[in-house]
Formats: sequence, C-alpha cells, structure tokens
Amino acid sequence: MEEVKLHGNCFSPFSCRVTWALKLKGIPFENIEEDLSNKSPLLLQYNPVNKQIPVLVHVGKPICESMIILEYIEETWPQNPLLPTDPFERVVARFWIKFAEEMGPTMWMMFRTSGEEQEKFKKESLEMLKTIEEMALGVGDHEKKFFGGDQISLVDLAFGAHAHWLLEVIEKVVGVKLLEDHKFPRLHAWIQNFKQVPVINQNLPDSDQMVLTFKRNRERLLASS
Amino acid sequence: MAKSDVKVLGAWPSPFVMRPRIALNIKSVDYEFLQETFGSKSELLLKSNPVHKKIPVLIHGDKPVCESLIIVEYIDEVWSSAPSILPSNPYDRATARFWASYVDEKLFPSMKEIVSADGEEAKKAAIQVVVDGLVLLEDAYAKCSKGGKFFGGEQIGYLDIAFGSYVGWLRVTEKFNQVKLLDEAKTPGLVKWAEAFCAHPAVKDVMPETDKLAEFAKVLAKARAAPPPK
Repeated sequence: MEEVKLHGNCFSPFSCRVTWALKLKGIPFENIEEDLSNKSPLLLQYNPVNKQIPVLVHVGKPICESMIILEYIEETWPQNPLLPTDPFERVVARFWIKFAEEMGPTMWMMFRTSGEEQEKFKKESLEMLKTIEEMALGVGDHEKKFFGGDQISLVDLAFGAHAHWLLEVIEKVVGVKLLEDHKFPRLHAWIQNFKQVPVINQNLPDSDQMVLTFKRNRERLLASS
Repeated sequence: MAKSDVKVLGAWPSPFVMRPRIALNIKSVDYEFLQETFGSKSELLLKSNPVHKKIPVLIHGDKPVCESLIIVEYIDEVWSSAPSILPSNPYDRATARFWASYVDEKLFPSMKEIVSADGEEAKKAAIQVVVDGLVLLEDAYAKCSKGGKFFGGEQIGYLDIAFGSYVGWLRVTEKFNQVKLLDEAKTPGLVKWAEAFCAHPAVKDVMPETDKLAEFAKVLAKARAAPPPK
C-alpha cells in the first residue's frame, strides 16, 4: 500500500486543490489537519523553505506547492487524466494555471487591504477576470464546459480554488461584488459546471464557519496594520 | 526541421529568453532568433502573446508558446529524444520545479531589491537576503546533483536552466555592488556549478559577457529614470 498523506487545512484553497485531485483519481490518503497558528514540527521539517501547507507526503517523501503537487499526482497516478497528452494543449493548460497563480495573490490583497489600496487591487482583479472570461473561456466557437473542453482538468482545479474563495470568502467578508453573472457569463457558467462535479461538490468547506474564521482574520490584519 | 519552423522572440540580455535558447541548443534544434527592439514591442510579439505582451515567445510552426519555463517543458516534450531536460522520475521533477519556482518568485525579486534599496543599510540588508537564498540553493545543489556537476546530475537540466539563466545578472550585481554573492566560503558548490554552466556548449553562446550585460544595465537604469514620454 503506497502511503499517501496530506498535511493541509480545510479552509485553504491550496489544500483543497490537492484533496480534489486525489479524490478525482480515487487515491486513498490520510488527511492531517494543520492548525495554521500552531504548525506541527513535522510540517516545518517537510517544508522548511516556505513552512506552508499543503504538503503531500508520498512514501515518506514531501512535495510542496499545490500546483507542483498536482503535477506530481498527475505523473504518478495516470488514471483519470487531468492534463491533456498533446504537448501544445499542455502548454495552453500550463499557461492558464500560471495565470491563476498570478491572479490569486492580487485577489487576496483585496482581503488584506482597505480604502484606496483595496480599490487598486479590485481593479487589477477585475482586469484578470476579464482576461479569463474573454481569452481562456472565450476561445473557439463552442462554449466550453471546462477550461480544457469536456473534461475537468488541473486548470479547473487551479481556478476553482480561487473562484470559490472569491465568492464565498473575499466577496462576503470584504463586501465587494466582483464576479457579477451578467458581466462574466462564461465564468458564471463554468463555476456552475465545476461545482456540479461530484468530487468538488462533496469536498467544499463549510461556508458559514469559513466566513467567520476569515472575518476574524481580516479584523486582526487591519487592526495590526 | 527547417530553421524557420522554430523561432524565438526575445532579447539577448533577458534571462528568461536565455532559457528556451539553451533548451533548444541542448536538443540541437535550429531556430531563428528574432530580437525585439529595446523600448518597443513588435506586431508579432503582440499577436503571439496578447495576454502578457512579453518575451520570450517560442513560435513552432504557427503556434505560439509563452512563459519561459513552460516553453522549456514544451521543448523537452516535443523533441523527446535524449538528452532529457526534466528529470525522469516524478519526485525529482517536483523538486526541480519547486526550486525553479523559488528562483523566479523569491531569488530574482530579492536581486531586484538590491537595485531599488535606498542607502547603505538597506542595500546591505537586501544583499543578505540574496545570500541567504543562495545558501538554500547550495543545499539543494548538493542534494540534486548526486555527485554530478549540475543540478541535473551529469547533464544540465531544467533547474540548471532556470537558475543558471540568472548567473549573468548575479555577476553584474556583484560588480556594481562590489560584493560576492556566489562565494567560496558560503556557496562553494554553486561557484563551481556557475563556471561549468556558463562554459557548457549549450550555454556559452547564449550567456552574455558580464561587461556587456553591465553596460546594458546602465542603459536600462537610465531609461527607467527618464521621465515618461508625454
């Protein structure tokens, strides 16, 4: 039995991505819930550079950084593929995964700031959402169900984490509305498709608890700045 | 494969542009190097990379490939015969990707901090951050190289390309600040590695001379300090 452990946290979008990938591939694993205010010595040993979750541990070897973990999972367990095989299609997938990674920090800066500074990050986030709407989802004659076509892929997991946390946490806690359905019809349709995938649907954190936790986090952040 | 079938859009000083060029050299693939004029962006670039409008772009046939490390992986997958660029086993690949991401997201920004640091104290602190990062990479080198000359072992690989592309700029920073960043005392392995990397046949015609890069750095600094055009 190949030993797979995930050091994560249920309120982390990055951690969730790994859970989704493992479950989409039907890989059994042990979930180790980390308290982010009191990280375990084992976590710090596994990820001495960034000291962050998620960390996947496979047969005793740690892998860090959520999208790097996802590529590792894809390469190690090829069933239910989450990346295309064609090299150029893989390029397109990786390009949008990188874009998602750049979008994340910008969006979260709205959570970490207020006033004029927050406005700036809101504007930047909207620009990035517009790019996804028009250039990632808007390409081709037919409406795509997922970023890569008919099948869910790593690109959907990359964006899905950010989209869900944007809607359920950032927008609610900060009190902004970014992902308006009429402004982003393709993104809206994609989010519905994404959440209807059974593995995703069954592995989303409890919204009310999460909002409470993040509300407290934001209050602490703004009080200390 | 006809030379005109593979084009790299870029500029000689850019570490990111060096990456696909080195990868193509490793695979012995001929390509046409189309250089952008400093200060402007060609129609071809804007058409090939509409999202970011940045170099490098690899154009293979009529397909544009953007983002330097994505291009390197593409090159490895398309021209799949030896030598391989990415390690063969998934764990080593994850390790290489981790450190490549570290170099781009932590090391390079910390190098830029040295330039923007205001005053002696700030500069010293910024330099220390870079040195601390290089010490981490020294440790990674010891683990990844497994006794070989390169991060990839006996052959240069993905992480050598990702990190090695910054060696020219590291040397320029050393020159301008009269400091040793890669140094015998703290990073002896990396000092040897940098020499071996720059001397490698796939790298030596792509890595600019430090003096030439230093001259360009001065031009760049002047252009950035100049008031924006009305």
